[in-house]
Amino acid sequence: MQVTIRLFARLRDIAGTPELARDVPAGATVEALWQQTAAEFPQMRPYRSSISVAVNAEYARFTQVLAAGDEVVFLPPVSGG
Amino acid sequence: MQTDALRITADELDLGAVVRLASESGGDAPGRHGAVVTFVGAVRGENLGRKVVKLEYEAYEPLAVKAFGLIAGEIAGHWPGTRLALHHRVGTLGPGGISIVIAVASPHRAQAFDACRYAIERVKQIAPIWKREVFEGGESWIEGATADPSDAAAKQSAYEKACR
Repeated sequence: MQVTIRLFARLRDIAGTPELARDVPAGATVEALWQQTAAEFPQMRPYRSSISVAVNAEYARFTQVLAAGDEVVFLPPVSGG
Repeated sequence: MQTDALRITADELDLGAVVRLASESGGDAPGRHGAVVTFVGAVRGENLGRKVVKLEYEAYEPLAVKAFGLIAGEIAGHWPGTRLALHHRVGTLGPGGISIVIAVASPHRAQAFDACRYAIERVKQIAPIWKREVFEGGESWIEGATADPSDAAAKQSAYEKACR
């Protein structure tokens, strides 16, 4: 099944694109998608300890199971204000 | 969903409008709020010893607005009777540019001061907003907090800063 990954800030710079469409197996978790993405873009790997995640514009957990068509955003450390 | 009171915008921020949104929202009777405290965040011309040329702000807008709503709910819980309005700018801002305006209206001033400080601390902790600093000689993303609204320690830290 396909999901969309949106990328912001430094993660977008690393990927060179603001959005990726990727296939994941049914039952894949957010964590599995991150591992897959970080394998594709190894410079993202160090971010695992500092990112959080949103699925369909809601804060989510890495244990969440993905559904087809989900929009996943890996949130690098924030700096608003 | 964006409301008038809680917004991400590429437009110049309007302090007076944010004050009105905090003090008049909700159909309350005039005079309910005896105090409005505001916070205005501006781009410093110097950061970490570097001369700042500009900051480029971006946001994951739908979640940022939800984060503002969470903060509004937390404030309503801690300081009953207060109202929050919060506008955050995205796009490019030079030194002196206004990036955020917060207004908290309250029946009494003490709660408004505390809640306003709490609001800016929570924005910095959880709102999915990022800035790239372009300085003389380079540029870099500013990376602060891991955005986790359920992090109780972060929430407590913001509360203590607000009430110390």
